[in-house]
Amino acid sequence: MSHSSPTGLPSTDVKPGRRTFLQRLMLWGTIAAGALATIALSIPLVGYLLGALFKREKDWVRLGPIDQFPPGETKLKTFTNPLSQPWDGMVAHTGCFVRYLGKDEQQQPQFLVFAVNCAHLGCPVSWFPQSGLFMCPCHGGVYYENGDRASGPPPQGLFKCVWQVVNGQLEIQAPHLPTLQDTLTHPAWTPAQPRKERS
Amino acid sequence: MMRWLRAIGTWLDARLGVRESLMPMLTHPIPRGSAGPMGWWYVFGSASMTMLAIQIITGILLALVYVPSADQAYKSLLYLNEQQYLGAFVRALHYYAGSGMVVLLLAHMTQVFLHGAFKYPRELTWVVGVFLLLCTMGMFFTGQVLRWDPDAYWGIGVGASMAGRVPIAGPTIVGLLLGGPNIGGDSLSRFFALHVFVIPGALLAFLGVHLWLILRKGISEPPVPGQLVDPKTYDATYHKEMHEGVPFLGEAFLKDALFSALAVIVVVAIAALLGPKGPSGPPDPTLSGANPRPEWPFLWLFALLSLSPPEAETFIILIFPILVIAALFLVPFVSNRGERAPSRRPIAVLLVIVTYTILGVLTYEGISSPWSPEMNAWSGSPVPENLVRGRSPLELQGAVVLQNKQCRNCHALEGSGGRRGPDLFGVGTRLTRDQIIDQISNGTPGGGNMPAYGKQVNPAEMTALAEFLVGLRPGGAPKALPASEYPGTEGSQATAER
Repeated sequence: MSHSSPTGLPSTDVKPGRRTFLQRLMLWGTIAAGALATIALSIPLVGYLLGALFKREKDWVRLGPIDQFPPGETKLKTFTNPLSQPWDGMVAHTGCFVRYLGKDEQQQPQFLVFAVNCAHLGCPVSWFPQSGLFMCPCHGGVYYENGDRASGPPPQGLFKCVWQVVNGQLEIQAPHLPTLQDTLTHPAWTPAQPRKERS
Repeated sequence: MMRWLRAIGTWLDARLGVRESLMPMLTHPIPRGSAGPMGWWYVFGSASMTMLAIQIITGILLALVYVPSADQAYKSLLYLNEQQYLGAFVRALHYYAGSGMVVLLLAHMTQVFLHGAFKYPRELTWVVGVFLLLCTMGMFFTGQVLRWDPDAYWGIGVGASMAGRVPIAGPTIVGLLLGGPNIGGDSLSRFFALHVFVIPGALLAFLGVHLWLILRKGISEPPVPGQLVDPKTYDATYHKEMHEGVPFLGEAFLKDALFSALAVIVVVAIAALLGPKGPSGPPDPTLSGANPRPEWPFLWLFALLSLSPPEAETFIILIFPILVIAALFLVPFVSNRGERAPSRRPIAVLLVIVTYTILGVLTYEGISSPWSPEMNAWSGSPVPENLVRGRSPLELQGAVVLQNKQCRNCHALEGSGGRRGPDLFGVGTRLTRDQIIDQISNGTPGGGNMPAYGKQVNPAEMTALAEFLVGLRPGGAPKALPASEYPGTEGSQATAER
């Protein structure tokens, strides 16, 4: 018959030294296994969440032949942003303002391409050719035709898109949602090279 | 038959132990005063819980039809509004019961604050209650996004732009919030998961702790002036009072039930009368004229942000909300003893009055949002007829310039037009011709609210515009004079002598 331990539970009949060693091994083994399990579980799950950050790809969007942009005029161009999901529908529609500045000394065409997002809190600005100003409907941010801040709360000018001219076609780098520390010309991190082939 | 039912009941109870566990909870004693007329103050908490129940039921019903996908959400909302039998009503009820939950939660919190019910030993109940408030606000914000209209789309944009200002981590937070480089299906799925799984889970867990604490620490007795809370003696006093307590399942429960029923009737009536809110239009980001407005519980913050100087903005976006939430958490630790009666706590009463006045004024400002330009005013609000009648051709040309240069988007004339800048009716009595031209050319000094129009207006246009504006004087009031020509000044004497 086994005697009762102070806790009221019957003690197991092993030698004291051996028991504490086994118990300690059990305790530390459990802690180690638990830590390993936590790491094994959290690395993939946190990684899955962080995957949202690695969807940026370097991709170019064709806006059209450069002769469709008259010099000195600002035009709203809309396009379907390739940085989107197939199920995004009309939400992938994106706009940008294109202003053709004419050719520079090397006969290279020069453009200003602005994102529609106000530098204040991201609302869409509207272009008013009569007064040559961009105005934001949210808090009254105003920008000049060259994108510089004219008045109101914006801390800086309009966000500029990265553009290039290839074979007489104006292209812009597919834009992400620009914010103050993550602009289109100075992104917070370099976009990955595209995995999919461009058509 | 009855014998069989009773046998089944006994069999189940022997296993579930309902009579042992749940019944004592329902019949737990509460202070005699809390069951009397003062008990009407205690009905708001249970009523907000009733609203939560409506939210769960209507939320599940909506989830049976709503499609949380960027290209289908809008269509499924239109289907709910127009084709689904009673879909419009259920959407309306989900919105107004949610609003009711916020209102009742604030009423409950205010009552607890005014009656000092957060003091010893119920500090933790208050803290958990603040978590419940945060969850409810989170539900409201994420719920608005599921309405997947331009307000939702640009609302996420504003939220992301705010988060983007966090030092260093900003872009990472934006990426995690949007679920991708842009606002799209990934963002909607995220907000859906938050609204349907994450926040409700947290809310129900906190609610469980909140109720457990109420049972553990008991309902507070109505405050009596002069009866001080002392952590050393409170438990014994309360315990003694409970010997004469009455069961919750009685008068107190009836009051709760009656008030909850009334609240449900009101919410159902409002939902049936007003119908569902939105969607305001298709979520096409290229549609111009978007003017996102936050939901009403956030209008005060929107107004505060819009009315503050740009230098204070990042502070208000990033630090201020943390300070407010911290202050709410700290309430029971700042004072957990002493008087509970509002008549003996003037500072507490004053705080409530000041807080609600500020919230009320800011919400009013948020609704009228005078800081937002009216983007269509230049073409949609003509110059009032009486301001152009009998004017010279040059002045009339000036009126055309005023319209064409979008001045009216920010400047009203006799109240019609934008209100970001001052109403220009009467500007001729305030500014001289030279001052008007200076203001238009250079804008507000130091890059303030008015842009400089110097390069956008040619000299002929400027002359006409200034002529028209100088003539904007109500009832033929005198022109503004330069300071040097003001009667009675040294300058005017000099002019007279010359």
